[in-house]
Amino acid sequence: MTIVYNGFRRLILKGGITAALTGFCNIPLGFAPARAAANDKYPEGAFTTKNQADAIRMLYGKAAEPSDKVKLDAPEIAENGAVVPISVGADLADVTSIALLVSDNPNTLAAFYKIPAGTMPSVANRLKMAKTSNVTAIVEAGGKLFSATKEVKVTVGGCGG
Amino acid sequence: MASSIRVRAISSGDLTEVQVLIQHPMDSGFVKDGKGEIIPPHFIKELTFEHEGKKIFVADWGTAISKDPYVKFSFKGAKKGDELKVMWVDNKGESDTTTAKIQ
Repeated sequence: MTIVYNGFRRLILKGGITAALTGFCNIPLGFAPARAAANDKYPEGAFTTKNQADAIRMLYGKAAEPSDKVKLDAPEIAENGAVVPISVGADLADVTSIALLVSDNPNTLAAFYKIPAGTMPSVANRLKMAKTSNVTAIVEAGGKLFSATKEVKVTVGGCGG
Repeated sequence: MASSIRVRAISSGDLTEVQVLIQHPMDSGFVKDGKGEIIPPHFIKELTFEHEGKKIFVADWGTAISKDPYVKFSFKGAKKGDELKVMWVDNKGESDTTTAKIQ
């Protein structure tokens, strides 16, 4: 059912190609399409996916494990969901990318930062949040994925005017 | 026309801290206007920073980045007076570029 629903939704939103990609990735253990982490291309499929686990799989081709080495700094309560300041840092070596996901947003993936050697594994930005949701940061270090999650309560959602 | 990009890059020891603020609507495509019609998506997809021809930071953004986006990061290997190039391109193919001196 999920496959049909998602496929239909994407068809409206983005057209056939994304629909096909999204469809594939809803099948558990389905093959992962070309990974963003491996090249420079914009990860279109991951950015238009609703389900967080699917988005992570499309982005990296594997799942992340929680780690206290990932420092996610987000407010406990965000009065304005249109502007939620979020920063991520990592106490890890060989960091190559940082991804931020908001699980209850229409599209779960918010940002994907590529961190070349010489750049610090730390980034701050501002996200929109539709409603109270978990925010997850994923740090790719030495080919492994580490994550931290924090709930942010949103008083006024960021999807209104 | 004034650039849509404002950059502040400050060198301190080995590290350069970069802060950037871009003027952009970042419309997600999920919001309706006053007449109940959906405002079409219009958002920056890729933001790239280069120092001496080398990419030092690349941001791929979705629709959840706030209007007039802000981002901060730090990198090693630059000194005062070096140039930092900043570029963005959005989902409509519009783009902007600026160059800032590291202070």
